[in-house]
Amino acid sequence: MLTIADVIGELRSGMTIGIGGWGSRRKPMALVRALAAAGLTDLTIVSYGGPDVGLLIAAGAVRRVVTAFVSLDSIPLEPHFRLARQRRAIELTELDEGMLHWGLLAAAYRLPFLPMRAGLGSDVLRINPQLRPVRSPYADGEELVAVPALPLDAAFVHMNRADARGNGQYLGPDPYFDDLYCLAAAHAYVSCERLVPTAELLAAGPPQSLLINRAMVAGVVETPNGAHFTSCVPDYGRDETFQARYASAAASAADWAAFTADFLAGDEADYQTAVARFRAGAPA
Amino acid sequence: MTGAGAATVAEICVVACAEAWRGDGAILASPMGLIPALGARLAQLTFEPDLLLTDGEATLLAPADGQPPADGQPPGADRVSEGWLPYRGVFTMLAAGKRHVMMGASQLDQFGNQNISCIGDWARPKAQLLGVCGAPGSTVNHPVSYWIPRHSRRVLVDQVDMVSGVGYDRAAGLSGRAATFHELRQVVTNLAVLDFAGPDHSMRLRSVHPGVSVSDVAEATGFLLAAPYQVPETRLPSPAELALIREHLDPEGRREQEAG
Repeated sequence: MLTIADVIGELRSGMTIGIGGWGSRRKPMALVRALAAAGLTDLTIVSYGGPDVGLLIAAGAVRRVVTAFVSLDSIPLEPHFRLARQRRAIELTELDEGMLHWGLLAAAYRLPFLPMRAGLGSDVLRINPQLRPVRSPYADGEELVAVPALPLDAAFVHMNRADARGNGQYLGPDPYFDDLYCLAAAHAYVSCERLVPTAELLAAGPPQSLLINRAMVAGVVETPNGAHFTSCVPDYGRDETFQARYASAAASAADWAAFTADFLAGDEADYQTAVARFRAGAPA
Repeated sequence: MTGAGAATVAEICVVACAEAWRGDGAILASPMGLIPALGARLAQLTFEPDLLLTDGEATLLAPADGQPPADGQPPGADRVSEGWLPYRGVFTMLAAGKRHVMMGASQLDQFGNQNISCIGDWARPKAQLLGVCGAPGSTVNHPVSYWIPRHSRRVLVDQVDMVSGVGYDRAAGLSGRAATFHELRQVVTNLAVLDFAGPDHSMRLRSVHPGVSVSDVAEATGFLLAAPYQVPETRLPSPAELALIREHLDPEGRREQEAG
């Protein structure tokens, strides 16, 4: 059992950090918000990117993003990522979606690479000169791409439920790749909507919903509404109104400064209070 | 929305998208965009009942009893969950070749190279877009079609700025099974239906939508388009298809905002 501050205290500038979820779905936003506020720099972020990538870029914490896309789903383009790319403020390793999966799997399996067909013929190979071809040693001799492992210094994932020992449970439709992020990382941190006694985990879902086991995890932190404003079904859906506010605020420095003052100046409890006020229609 | 009335461009496009999956059988249809999604559902409800379709997330949905819905049945009540396909499962189906995706394209060239990554030089983009997503892997593993809601020289370009999805000229240079698995089927736009049956698998005009001329399409295309001597008209939705689209699949008429 850790606090948000405990988790952030384990991290250093220059680290490679993997973030679970997908786009604007089940992102460990409470940990991401705290990381954005921590003043670290030069991070490499590995993510099927959403507002996690955007918030960290806006905070000046990111040197490089490793991804296949950055999107808010219902709003196709992530505004901070977009601006940062157009201003050349970040470096980018742009991979096929399946390659990112393969890189995490290779890291989890402690392999140097895994072979794959994706990338052949596309400009992914042109913009990633580090990607090397590999030839099958068998009779077919097929040429493939050797997708290098993507080892992580740390990973964040957000679960619907977890116990204090680090067993994590997702209750929504898709596990995404959260187990692989954990296994690819030297230290994986699970945030959860609700911490429950181990004996109660199966009350919420079947055994196969227990995606994360405690051997994969360095620490657990309870962060209610901690995926906000991304979706965390069945606990809650995406907060589209708030996401639209986030996206429009990114359009100008002044609006973003106001958004930051309204929502991101304090700690997670302050954020949740400001969001509750926003939801009630009062000024944040 | 009930009743007669000539088919709109959006409705013609829905049927043209549905046609892209004709003959595919039991594979995963992955439509990107509303009109391709309506097309895939129409195909599943009519001439291609074996298609697999998700709810847009991880649940595979099939028409209840394999039948079109009865009149007056509320939307949503007439489909049943038949399987689970989270993203990791989609990636597996993709690599196994059991999938046909219809993607969008910010740029698409004569040989079907597609760009959804960025506009301008990748190292210093004028406009950052989504990123390559799954386009590189999809195009070398299984059939791919494209949906272009606004056919113009900005989209159908001489050369794309970044090859996300692989075209025929690039695929021809590949060794191994990638070249075998590569197959671009159709390009459906708001003006026409195209395929890659031109010289060297270049894009060819297959049909023009009613009211659109061949020169309209040529004018809106940034490269020389192959075309047969006589270009047929895109087929119109049947009355049964129109009823399914209007009364069942999209009673709110959201399709009209995506094409026109």
